[in-house]
Formats: sequence, C-alpha cells, structure tokens
Amino acid sequence: MRGLIAGFALALAGPLAAQVPVAPSPYVAPSTDFIEIPALQVDLVLKAGSDRVYFSGNDFGLTVSARATLAAQARWLLVNPEVRALIEGHSDQRDTREHALAIGERRATTVRDYLVSLGVPPVRLNVTSWGKERPIQPAPGDYGIDRNARVVTTIIR
Amino acid sequence: MLKFALLALALLSSAAIAQEAVPASQTIVVPPVGKGVPTVMIPPLATPTVKDTSAGSTATIGLQVAQVIAADLRSTGNALVIGPDNVRSYAYPEVTGPLFSSWRTLGAKMLVTGFVQARQDGRLTVGCYLYDVGTARELARKGFVVDADEWRRGAHRCSDAIYTGLTDKPGMFDSRIAYVAESGPAWERIKRIAIMDADGSNHQFVTGATATAIGPQVSPDGDHIAYTAFVNRSPQVRIVDTSNGAEQPLISNAAMTFSPAFAPDGQRILFSMAVNGNTDIYALAVGGGTPQRLTVTPGADTNPSFSPDGKQIVFESDRSGSPQLYVMNADGSGQRRISFGGNRYGAPAWSPSGDWIAFSRADAGGSGIGIMTAAGTDEKLLTQNGLDDGPSWAPSGQMLIFHRPDPATGRNALYTVPIAGGDPRRVLTPQDGSDPSWSAVQQ
Repeated sequence: MRGLIAGFALALAGPLAAQVPVAPSPYVAPSTDFIEIPALQVDLVLKAGSDRVYFSGNDFGLTVSARATLAAQARWLLVNPEVRALIEGHSDQRDTREHALAIGERRATTVRDYLVSLGVPPVRLNVTSWGKERPIQPAPGDYGIDRNARVVTTIIR
Repeated sequence: MLKFALLALALLSSAAIAQEAVPASQTIVVPPVGKGVPTVMIPPLATPTVKDTSAGSTATIGLQVAQVIAADLRSTGNALVIGPDNVRSYAYPEVTGPLFSSWRTLGAKMLVTGFVQARQDGRLTVGCYLYDVGTARELARKGFVVDADEWRRGAHRCSDAIYTGLTDKPGMFDSRIAYVAESGPAWERIKRIAIMDADGSNHQFVTGATATAIGPQVSPDGDHIAYTAFVNRSPQVRIVDTSNGAEQPLISNAAMTFSPAFAPDGQRILFSMAVNGNTDIYALAVGGGTPQRLTVTPGADTNPSFSPDGKQIVFESDRSGSPQLYVMNADGSGQRRISFGGNRYGAPAWSPSGDWIAFSRADAGGSGIGIMTAAGTDEKLLTQNGLDDGPSWAPSGQMLIFHRPDPATGRNALYTVPIAGGDPRRVLTPQDGSDPSWSAVQQ
C-alpha cells in the first residue's frame, strides 16, 4: 500500500515508466531478489484496471471479473517483458494462521497458472504467500466477504 | 465472580480478608474459586540461619518464595490461598513438624511450609512441604539446590510439587511460554518471537523487529524455538537457540515452509511445505537429512501436532472441502478424519496426557476453543462466539492458553482457560500477544 502511494507521487512528478528503487520497509527483511518498481506498479493498475483479484471463503477459483483482470494483467506483462512479477497470495482473517499461508499459496498458484495459460512465461512469475499477515481490512469481517482474501501481482525487478 | 470470592472470604479471619482485598485499580481478577477447593495457608518460608546472599537475605528470599508460590496457586483457581502476608511465621523446626492444632485454628485445610538455606558455595537449598492439616499428613515434598539469583525458579518448582500434591496432576509453573509480541499498524505489523516464564516474569525478545515472525513452538527441552519468518517475502521455518539468539533455517532452499512442530523426544520436526498450490506435511530429523513426506492428498495439510508418545500426529486439512481435523500414524499411514459437521476445525494440539485434542472451531457465531478425544468424541467448547484461536496446552494438561483478537480492532491478547470450564483469564504481556506455545516443565 505504502509503495503504491509513493508510486503515485512519483508518477505525478516524472515519467510514468521511470524505474525508481524503493527503500525496503523497515519492518520487512531487506530483499535481495525482489525489488518493487512503484511507478510500473501504478502503470499496471491504470492499464489493467487492478493489480489484484479477490476470492471468497475457502475458495480458490477465479471469478469472471478476476479472469478479466488477469487477462489485462497478462497483456500488460507481455508488453513489459523486462520485468518480473511476484504473485502474492493473501488470506482471510478467519483462517487459522497456518491454513491461511497454505490457502494464500494455492490462490497465488491459481493466478500464476492462469497468467501462464495466457502466454506469460513462467520464469517471469514467482509465487509467494503472506497468509493473513498483511491485511488490508484489519478487523475480521464476516466470513466470505473479507477483502483480505486476495492475490496481488507485484511488479519486481 | 469477585463477589463470590469476597463472600467466601468473609468466613475467614479479618487478617485473611485484608490480604485478599482487591485494589479498585486492579483489573485482573483472581479466578473464581469453586466450591470444595481447599484453603491453603502459605506462611513465609523459614531459614535456619539468616544469611546474606547475592539475591538478598535468606529471610527475605523465604518471604519472596512464599509470595511466588501463593501467586502460582491463586492463578489456577484450584485453591483458596491465604498468605504469605498476615499469616504467622514459624521457626525452622516447624518446617517438618508443624503445630497442626495452631494452623487448624487459623482456618487452614492445607499448609505449605519450607526453608531457604544459604550454602557454602553461595547457592541456596530450598525445601518445601505440603501438609493436610486435618489429618496431619504430609502430601508432597520437594528439595533442591538453585543459584541464589534463580530463587524464583525454585519457587515455581515448589509450586509444581504442591500443585501435584493438591490435584494429582502434573505441574506447570516451572515452564515457559513463547508467543508473538505484536506492535505497529495492522497492515505492517511488527511481530517478534518472545519468551517468558509461565507467570510472566523474565520476559525476553528472541527475534529482532526487522522480520515478521509467527507461530513459535518451544522444543521439549526448552532450549530452542521453531517458528516461521518471512524471508525475502516468503515464509520459512527457522530454529532459534533461546540462550544466545543464534538461528538458522530448517531447510536451506527457497521452498515455502511453515507450521513447525517438535516431536516429543525433540529429535524430529514436522512442518508444512507448499508446492504448486498443494501443501503437505513433512518430517525431518533436527540434525538434517532428507524430509519425509507424510501427506500426499491434494489440499492444505497444516498445523501438525504429535501425540505425547510420538506415535500419532493430529493435523488440519481441507481435503474434504473445509478445514477439519485428521489423525495419522507418525509415518503418515492410517489417515482418518476425526471432526465432522458443518463447522470449520483447525489448529489442533494434542494434550500432554494424550487424552485430548484442543482445537479452534469456527461456526456462524464466530470461533472458539474446544477439546475432543483423538477418536473425535466428547467434543466440548470452552469458549464461544469470539475469534479465539491458537490453543496450546499447559504442561499440567488442565489449562489451555490461546489468543483472542479484539472484535473491533483485531488486536490480539493471550488468555488461559481451564479445561474443566470457567472464564478465560487474561495473560499480561508487554505488547499485544498471539500464537502462544507453552513449554513442558523444565528438567
């Protein structure tokens, strides 16, 4: 979220595609492999409509609107061949912590497989899961309408 | 609850009432004391000769040990504790020869005596005894040598001996609780592994504030903690030495690993690994080697927990479509489902006695903590309609610790609940707390 906001500020100040290194969050182990590119993340959101798709309950199937979003993301990835994407799965606050990690990985894998089916080379896609450790809706909501159950396509170098 | 405790105390001496009065500002209420629990009197421990040690005089330590024993026993609700303040002290010879008629007159059903003696080498000999005042019989005794600065641990060992004498159950006070200390905003929570004595003392952080760390599991010997950290944005099981903070990944490849669990002998560790949308449970020798895959069914198999004899494993799986509890043999054979119905079951933990499996159960009203047998029978909910999760057994097998998020803010706190039933009791931690793991009693 924070990266996205910073990205908007940069997008207004300079060229959209400028590759700006991001200072790692002080609370997350510094990453040597995955470096976010906020300006391109903003571009993905603008061109594909969203950088994320939502799920419900224990489900990991893709809805019609999720498929449309991912098709647009796949097109974006194909016209930006120099970047990779980290497919980050998140889960419901109502899952047990460990089940949430497994479900996040399963959802992220579903998204990766769909992107691959649309022609994105698998080597450009990395799958991970945050379980329920990075909620966007912190208080546990009613099961099934929780907006935390999502997969985010994060553009990385 | 408080009213009942005060009513019960009105029957006792005025000195006892003064001792038990709860200050208005105190928010932690002593748990309700059920009918029929014994009145246990705990005077200050005696000392044969008052001597100064590195931790103070033996007389002062005698009072402090009695205070810790009293606090430990009060926390269980299994005893109506009087003392050590406002209870008459006694001389050294009365440690092993109490004047029972005198204690009987004061209202004691049970009496705890003991002594603190300074040794030549600077350490302390601590002895403690539990007597049935009515029958003038000794029910328990424990004696040991501790460093003067570790007198508190000695007190917990006394508490364990006395608790076992009172209840016939294993002790639980000389043990530690690992948990996740939480701070910061919800979307970027700082989560660190911390460990403390069972009574909340000796609190220390085990991991730093730079990585998100979750799900600690204390090794049977209490020296190591297995937990999951996010390394390079991916979950990874790591093992940390609690004495010096040295840590390393359980397996050193990039696979997504989480949900560790130690075998009762400490020689093997179970964990979940997610590969291509499928999460299975694996076993690995602590010293290394090749992981052995125990589950192969498509779905998410997580939260393994060994039976105390090491022969079986209970785990959570959604292979049926919703999360449920399953039991298998330690080699992965004989997998069978033990929870049924429309509810979601998770986070199973096998009890130290082997009789029970604790779990969290989510239904339309929320989630609560419960227990059932390994055959899936005699299910009983201990908490309901909250968002409770993550149960872990006290070494006594009579109590569970779990975390409860505040329904409005999602902020977690630790609570205990007796398996016999009763109100959950808040466990105070310096920061918000989740994912508790209660160690075995230390050897």
